[in-house]
Formats: sequence, structure tokens, C-alpha cells
Amino acid sequence: MNKNLELITAPLRKTNPVTVLILGICSALAVTAKLKPALVMGLSVTVVVALSNLVISLLRKGIPAKIRIIVQLIVVAALVILVDQVLKAFVYDVSKQLSVYVGLIITNCIVMGRLEAFAMANKPWESFLDGIGNGLGYALILVVVAFFRELFGSGTLLGFQVIPQGLYDFGYVNNGLMILPPMALIIIGVIMWLQKPEEDKK
Amino acid sequence: MKDRYIFTYIIILVAIVAVLLSAAAMVLQPFQQANINNEKMMNILKAADVQNVDKENVQKLFNEDCVKMLLVNAKGEVVEECTKDFTEFAAFTMNMKDELYKKDNGKDYVLPIIVINNGKENVNVIQLQGAGLWGPIWGYIGMTSNFQNVVGVVFDHKSETPGLGAEITTPGFTEQFKGKTIFSDGEFVSIDVVKGGVANLSADLQKNSVDAISGGTITSNGVNNMIEKVLESYLPYIEKQ
Repeated sequence: MNKNLELITAPLRKTNPVTVLILGICSALAVTAKLKPALVMGLSVTVVVALSNLVISLLRKGIPAKIRIIVQLIVVAALVILVDQVLKAFVYDVSKQLSVYVGLIITNCIVMGRLEAFAMANKPWESFLDGIGNGLGYALILVVVAFFRELFGSGTLLGFQVIPQGLYDFGYVNNGLMILPPMALIIIGVIMWLQKPEEDKK
Repeated sequence: MKDRYIFTYIIILVAIVAVLLSAAAMVLQPFQQANINNEKMMNILKAADVQNVDKENVQKLFNEDCVKMLLVNAKGEVVEECTKDFTEFAAFTMNMKDELYKKDNGKDYVLPIIVINNGKENVNVIQLQGAGLWGPIWGYIGMTSNFQNVVGVVFDHKSETPGLGAEITTPGFTEQFKGKTIFSDGEFVSIDVVKGGVANLSADLQKNSVDAISGGTITSNGVNNMIEKVLESYLPYIEKQ
């Protein structure tokens, strides 16, 4: 039981896919200018990693070793297309903001990484939990980055104004640099910098 | 034997995935189309300056406020008119880009006009299609019934730079167009998106100009060219009004 719990909690910090394994950086830069797309993207990746881990783990004994990457890719692509279609049908405005990045989950290294490293060698339930954990670890970083970028870049959170008008009257200006992709890289760098010494201590 | 297993395995897997995805696409397609139509209606109503449009009432408002839809040809003659089932009609579903392409290649083309009553007047809404810096930009422009003044505009884009070119969608940019005219002394001049401040221009030029976006020069130029190119094709029809 404890071991199963660790499958979910470890990727949040100790083996975080973004800040420790440095995977999935591309989409982390692209969809974190606002909090809402970041949340949806985090959720979509979690669903895709968890389900593809589950499916591949169920199939793992039958998958011919020579074509295992192709099989993995087919499963991942099918799931991503499904997620994309569902988003387009039910949260259209968010799917418009995410645009190509949902499709690019297919090439997100976290997904293939977990399939190769975990699902091919573990039982379905453990693989599913591992997928959830890694998806959430990715989502966590996205949300933290998006929180700071939206707060300082637009003065809003989830679209609501949080920086009071009074501050703007004093001459406060939204930082346009926060909206641009390089700031996401810098914020991720800062998160790693804060995280690293703590991990080294243990 | 081993190869046979691999082939059978992959063929069965692909077949299952294909069936699954086609089923999902068929089930979800009506929802997706409804979203696309709603967004289109929302933009058209906004361009006609209809107030208080939101996701819930957009279909109702559109059906109430839409007076008619027209298709006009290159000579400015009305070739088809529609007064009901608007979302099925070509003027609603067609893409301006295809018509502009036909025009550039000397083929026959038709142009859509959507007439919306915003409570005060009938507004002619025209679809815009053009190119920005990174990708396509598009939108709708609403003109008074004699095409003299702009009632409202909406713009959207695929991938303009956030905070710079992408600002064309904000009210700060689009509100400027209201009340501008596309004619000067009876000559077609379109609307110029200018650098350096409209306020510094002569009163005469101010009527045809709006401020560009700082740092978004190429997107601003794209908007300028898009409006000019599209409205120019409507001139034969406009002259008859």
C-alpha cells in the first residue's frame, strides 16, 4: 500500500518529470502564460499518461519486442486524439488556446518515458498510479509557473483581476516579459534551484 | 512464425484503434460543430454591435437579429438570398479565403453579406481573411446599410505574438474602428492602420485611420491589408447602394 502511494507522491517532488528529469519542457513553456490552459493541459497529460500506462501494461506480455515503440506510439496517439476531440466538444475556448499543444502530447517525452521505463515492466494498477503521479508532477510545475506568469504578466488569476486597480493608479505596470516564453524557462530554473539543495540533503 | 505474429498483432491493434477513433469522432462531431457555429455567430453579432451576447443566448439572438444573408457576384449583383435556416446557408458556412483565391486566379467568385439588425439599424457584416506575422488572421467587420461607416469589428488570429500582435483582438484596438469611414470624398480609401498616432493626423485623414499596435507592426499591417483587400472586392456592390 505504502509503495503504491509513493508511486503517486514521488513524481511530485523527488522524481518530478519536469524539474528533475527535465522532460516535457516544450509544452511547459507554451501553455503557461495563463492558469486555465495550464490546468487543462496538466489534466490532459495526466489522463494520457495514466491511461496509456494502463493499456501498455495490460498488453506488455503480448507486445512483440521488435515493434514495441510503434505499439506504444499508436496507443498514445489514439488517446491524445480522443482527448483533443473531447476538449474541442466540451471546452472549446480552452482547446483553442491549447491549439497544437494537445496534439503534441504525443511527442511529450514524459509519456513515452513512463511507458518504456515503467509500464513495460510493471502490473497494470501500479502503472496506472505511476501515470497519475507523473501527470500530476507535470501539472504541478505547469500550474506553479502559470500562477506567477499570469499574476505578474496580466495581473489576473484564472481570468479574474487580482491586482487591485489602486496599484495601477500608482503607476504599477503588468510585466510584458512574463507573457513571453523565456520567462517560463527562467521560472522553471528558479523552481529547480529551490528544489535541488533540499533533495541533496536527503 | 514470429513475423506473422508481429503483422497480425499490429493489424489488429490498428483496426481496433481506427474503429474506436471513428466512433468517437462521429459521436462528438455535432458538439464540435455547434461550438464552431456559436463562436461564429458570436463574432458576427459583436461586429454588428449587438449588446449583451453570451454563450447561452447567442443562438436565440442570432436567429432573432439576422435579417437576411446575401451572396453577391463580382458585378455586385445579388445572386442568392436567404431569410431562414441561416446556419445552413453558404454565406454563413463559406470561407472568404477560398473566394479571394478564386478572385486572384480570375475565376468566378461570390461574396457573402450577412445583414443583422442590432436594434438601431441594419448592419452589413462582412467576413475578413488575411495574413498576420506568424499565421492567418481573420474577423468580421460591420458596416452601416449604405457602407459609409464602420459599426464594429472583431478580429482573431491563429498564432500572433501574445502581448504584441495578439492585441488586435482586444477592445482597445477594435473599439477604435467604430464610426470610421472607408470613403474619402467618394473615393474608396479603406481604413489605414497607422503608426505615430492618429491624433497627429489632419482631421480629414483621422476619419479613415486607426492606431497600430506598438511592437505589432506586421500584424497591424496585416489587418490594414486584410480590410482593404476584402472591402475592395465588395466595391461593385457597395456602389449600387
